[in-house]
Formats: sequence, structure tokens, C-alpha cells
Amino acid sequence: MTEALYRIQNFVPIQASELLNKVRDMKSDGQRLGQICCTKVEEGFEILYSFDKDHVLTNLRLTVPEDEAVQSVTGVYWPAFIYENEMQDLFGVKFKNMALNYEGRFFKVSEPTPWNPQK
Amino acid sequence: MSKRTVIPFGPQHPVLPEPVHLDLVIEDEKVVEAVPSIGFVHRGLEKLVEKREFPEMVYVIERICGICSFGHGWGYCRSVEGNMSIEIPDRAQFLRTIWHELSRIHSHLMWLGLLADAFGFESLFMHCWRVRETILDIFEETTGGRVIFSVCKVGGVRRDIDGEELKRIVDILAKLKDEIKKLADVFFDDYSVRNRLCGVGYLSKEDAKELCAVGPMARASGIRQDMRLDGHGAYPYLDFEPVLEEGGDSYARCKVRIREVFQSIELIAKAVKRIPVGEISAPVKGNPSGEFIARMEQPRGEAYYYSKGSGSKFLARMRVRTPTNMNIPAMVKTLQGCDLADVPMLILTIDPCISCTER
Amino acid sequence: MSYVTKSPWIIHYDGSSCNGCDIEVLACLTPMYDVERFGVINTGNPKHADIFLVTGSVNAQNISVVKQIYEQMPRPKVVVAVGICAASAGIFKECYNIIGGVDKAIPVDVYVPGCAARPEAIIDGVVKGLSVLEEKRKSLKEELAAETVKAGMDFKAEGEEREGA
Repeated sequence: MTEALYRIQNFVPIQASELLNKVRDMKSDGQRLGQICCTKVEEGFEILYSFDKDHVLTNLRLTVPEDEAVQSVTGVYWPAFIYENEMQDLFGVKFKNMALNYEGRFFKVSEPTPWNPQK
Repeated sequence: MSKRTVIPFGPQHPVLPEPVHLDLVIEDEKVVEAVPSIGFVHRGLEKLVEKREFPEMVYVIERICGICSFGHGWGYCRSVEGNMSIEIPDRAQFLRTIWHELSRIHSHLMWLGLLADAFGFESLFMHCWRVRETILDIFEETTGGRVIFSVCKVGGVRRDIDGEELKRIVDILAKLKDEIKKLADVFFDDYSVRNRLCGVGYLSKEDAKELCAVGPMARASGIRQDMRLDGHGAYPYLDFEPVLEEGGDSYARCKVRIREVFQSIELIAKAVKRIPVGEISAPVKGNPSGEFIARMEQPRGEAYYYSKGSGSKFLARMRVRTPTNMNIPAMVKTLQGCDLADVPMLILTIDPCISCTER
Repeated sequence: MSYVTKSPWIIHYDGSSCNGCDIEVLACLTPMYDVERFGVINTGNPKHADIFLVTGSVNAQNISVVKQIYEQMPRPKVVVAVGICAASAGIFKECYNIIGGVDKAIPVDVYVPGCAARPEAIIDGVVKGLSVLEEKRKSLKEELAAETVKAGMDFKAEGEEREGA
């Protein structure tokens, strides 16, 4: 009988400055990027980077102010371009050094950044 | 160097049941690069959490996709249950597992049919879908719906299946196995099918890892990755090993899915043998206030369900990351260097579900 | 079904549906329901099609695609909206990226309810669409005949003018 690995959630808070190094560490540890998820919070954006190794989940939690550009991780995990473009289109999160930038044309929506409407 | 041409592919295309758009950069007949763009089916349903109470949200989440609808409902329920620390009764876990595995059989049979259609074998397509109808009949008998069941709820399931019916399902599936066997023989051995699949769209183990491929796409490249192993549902009681293939080409991906159909039939038989008697739902008190990520093994691969409670009846955030989302980079990779005529088939081999991807 | 004298060809487009209705549309074509026995063929080319089956609601991105497919179809043509999303956007009505039912983009002749619409209902909708198609064919014929008469009269009038000149 397998143990209940799904109960392990591991939310690790990190700083914007250490993001790239932490993600590189994950990569060299053989972790697989599972998803990147953005939530609008009072302080700005909360971005969750989820990684998986042998069915165990680890999440890096980054909180950034709304107008601060986030370092892109596409240089380490290329598939991250999907999530970064998604966050850019739906939330208006700014990224720097994206390997593949659709510049707002990945998700075409009727109003800009519907998850974070501009007042 | 020959001249490069860009061909727009989709969104409305004869082989694609769903709208996806690709810009294919081709050199003569070879694809050099493929640039996907999505958003045709984007509804923004995750944002409905602000308007729907968390027990009602199950209906919305189930309608992310009509093919893996049950798995979406289960994933959402698990996420909220984890959030509120609800332990659901064992019988409900088993029932959910049985429905989920039935969904896998129906989804894979559907995919096999579409694949056959994509390489121009129409009678095989028809046979796959004929066999699939049997599974839909089981769904209709046990849940009342053919594609969307709404049978999962936060805290358990809405309907029970009695012992007689469970035995009957196992009998039907045992008979179905012979029929599927005949189909499998065509996919495995037919000269023209092998001709279209073998060596086409190769994805090495290293690439699959690098591109974070999930589900049958990863397992066909020899990566042991299956979220059913993380101990949720009734899977810990069913001891099984995920299906692995080493080929990495379209043939291997097809093989993985066919073998998974047989595996699901076995898992259902085992589950029926071991299903305990008891309650089918647990009481739900209070509102979600924490956060939880539940992961499911959908027919197409690993899916994420992230819920963040706000202490009220409305969740602060619900996010679903579906398997196709994660397989798009791998698809783009396999398209590079393929023949233009193989493009529709290669897109199909990741088993894309666009309405999942865009939500 | 004595009025099914023609074999209608169908084109199917998925607006922003959940796939549920789409797989049911496909299920109609397969052996269990088999609409091909009525001569119904699913074609990918709008210029070959008589009936336009739309599933799912329209959004800002696909509204032009739906319109374009509709415009490319030759007259007489019938639009069948399959499923509750195509009829009124259904459960997704309040989503930010949804405009509404298919009738926000093009005129709809038959609405098939259901979530997901059952194959029997879809077949029924297509058969209803056939009678609409027949009516449209008749009125198109009359219209064309009237045009021919008018063209003939114009020609005659021109001739008289020439002779008079």
C-alpha cells in the first residue's frame, strides 16, 4: 500500500531576488515544473511555482508588488512560457527576459487583464 | 536553402474537433517550426468562483471539458476537501475510482477512433466509437448522464451503485475486452497503421523530461509518472504499476493508451471486488479557508487543482492546470522536422483537449 | 420523414463549448446513431455544407470565425445551435470572455437544448433543420424565378428602348 503522498503540500516562501537561483536548484535536483499559478492579493501578485519529483509536490511562493517586473524562468524551464504568457495576458504581470513572448496575443480576451481589471 | 512558407493551420479544420491554431513554418514539405496560439475557447470560468458558492462550483468545473468531466469534478472536490480537512468514506473513494477509470476507457477509445480517422482509417474509427458506446451506456445507467454526470460532490458522491449493478459492469467490461482486443490487434499489427505511426513524432526520454511532458506522452517515452501513485482515491488498495513504453514515437503513445484501457478494466474489476459497504458521503461543515493542491491522473495526464479559501462560501482562487497545457511544448517539439501531411496526426497524438487548456 | 428528399451535408464548428456536445455530434455519425444512413455527411468545407452545427457560445475571438464560416456557405443554409451554451451561453453566461449564444453572431434556425445535448436530440434538431432548409430552398427558388422574370423584362425594356432610338 502506497502512502498518501498527496497530503504533502510544501509551500516555501521566496524572495524575488532569489527566484532564479531557487528554480535552478530545483532543476538540478531533477524536479519537473508542474505549473505556475498567479493569484491577485492585496500586496500585488502571489505567484506559485509548483514542482514535482517522484510524485511529491513542492511549491515556491513568490509575492511581488503589481508594478514590479518578475524574472522569467523560461531560461531554465522553457515550457514556462505558457504560464508566463497566460499570467501576462490575464493578470498583467510583467516579466523580464522571456524566451518566448507573445506580447499579449496568447490568450485573446475581450477586455485586457480580466483577472486584474484596471480602474 | 529552399524558401520558407508560413501556413496557418486551424482553427476550423476537418480533423480537429476543436479549434486550435498553429502557424507552421515549412520548407518544402518539412515543418521547421510550429507556433501555437490559443484562446478560441477561453471562457474564464475560474473567475466564476466569485459568483458561485463552493459546493455549486463543482458543476462549473465539470464543464471544463466534456471528455474528462468526471476527473475534473473529482479533482475539484479533492482540492476543497483537502482544504477543509474532510475525510470522505471509503465507499465513495471506490465509486469515484470506478467512474474515473470508466472515463479513462471512454476517453482512450475516443482518442483511438480520432487517431484512426486522422490517418484515414475510417472503419476503424467507427468501430472504436461503436465499442465506446457501451461505456456511455454504463454511465447513463449509473449516473443518468452520458458525458456530464454531476455525480461527484464535495464530501463524497451523490449516487451509489448497488452490488448487482457493479457485478454487471464487470461482466460487460469482460465481454468488451474481447472487442477491444480485436481493435488493439489492428493498431498493433496492421501494416499501414504501423507505417503511419512507427518512428513518427519521436520524443526522447531526455526531451520529455526537459519539456515537462505529462501523462501518456511521458510514459510512452519511458518516464514513470502517474499521479494515481500519489495515494489518493482507492488506488492504494488496487496495487498497480503504470504502463510504460520506451519507443517515444506515435506508435508507443498509441500502445500506452491501448494498454491503459486493459489496465483500467482490471482496476475496475479489482475495485468491485474490494469495495467496502458504508456511507457514500461525509457531512460538510464550515467554509474553506486554507489552500490545497490536488493532482489527478486524467486520461491525458497530470492535472492540478489549486483552491484557496477566503473563509466565506466563495473561494478566493480556483485554478485548474490541465494536461494539454503541459504537453503543448512537447507537441511543438515533435512537430519540428515532420512532414506537413503528418501534422494533424501528430497534434492528435498528444490527445489535445483545447477546452481544458483554455478553460 | 418523407420530406427528406435531399442528403444534407453538415459542417461543425466548436465555439467555446466544453467538448461534451462536440463528442455527441461525432457520436451521431458513428454506428450507434449513424446519421449517414440519411445521407448526412460531416464535411470540413463550408462551401459544401447545407447545415451549420454550432456548439458552444461565441466569444470575442471566435465570433469572426463563426460569421466567416456562415458567410462562406451557399444558400439555402440552416444554422442549428447544439446545446444550451450555443442557445444562451448556459452555465458560462457570466464569464468575462463570453458574448452569448450563437444568435449574437448569426441567425439561428433550430435550437437543440441539453447539457450535453443527447445524440437523439441532435438528430431531431438536424431533421427539423431539414424542413427549414426545404422552405428556404422554395423561397430561394421563387426569389430566383422573380429575378429571372425581372431580368427578362429589363432585357425586353432595353430592347424596346433600342428599337425606339
